[in-house]
Amino acid sequence: MSWVLVIIVAVTASLGDALQTLGMKLHGEIHDFRLGALAAAFRRLLRSWHLGLSLLLLAISFGAFLGLLAIADLSFAVPATAVEYVLTTLLARYLLGEKVNWRRWAGAGLVACGVVLLAL
Amino acid sequence: MSRLRWKTRILATLVVLANVLGNFFLSLGLRHRVAATSSWLEALTSPWVLLGAGVLVFWMLCRLALLSWADLSWVVPVTASGYALTALIGRLFLGEQISATRWAGIALITLGVLLVRTTAIRTTSPRRLREGSG
Repeated sequence: MSWVLVIIVAVTASLGDALQTLGMKLHGEIHDFRLGALAAAFRRLLRSWHLGLSLLLLAISFGAFLGLLAIADLSFAVPATAVEYVLTTLLARYLLGEKVNWRRWAGAGLVACGVVLLAL
Repeated sequence: MSRLRWKTRILATLVVLANVLGNFFLSLGLRHRVAATSSWLEALTSPWVLLGAGVLVFWMLCRLALLSWADLSWVVPVTASGYALTALIGRLFLGEQISATRWAGIALITLGVLLVRTTAIRTTSPRRLREGSG
């Protein structure tokens, strides 16, 4: 059961992140950091389905993580969900078409291993 | 340094700090309340928890802005430095002990972050994404 939750946490979190990035990229780069302009950009973003669905996915991920904590130790939950770093990089490469060179792969792998060690 | 580099650097720093501070406030509020054996509803409306939630909303907005130009595969590893920072803050301000294993974890995360920071911030063009998603 805990591994099912781990998979749900990791998959929904990385899908949510990828969708959020797609929504932001389609909106375009934020240039104007004045409050009024930021509020207008946020209103525009709420009208596209990308941001809404990504928030739903991230909420599911958070709920599943809380569920995981209810049946497993934190020292299992955090390392197990570190797989999310690798999954997100895969989605960034194949879904968003980002150029992931060996330094990015190695960096994501090192970070994932580091998170595992921190939680042990 | 270009404008893109500067705003990326500033936003990435804000994302890391807001994440660390937000989680810190949340845990402060929840820990105090649990110690006082009060209800969950009370815990969730304690000032520290509300402050933590507010900071985390700010975190999400900063992260959204950063993702409007930076690659996801750049943002995710680089902002993971918050994990290492949380451990160091625990050591410096709360007197927590850091085991050899955890020091190794901090070292690996730092190395990974530095490696990803040497790569380009943006490798996609919005036009190509628009065409790709129909």
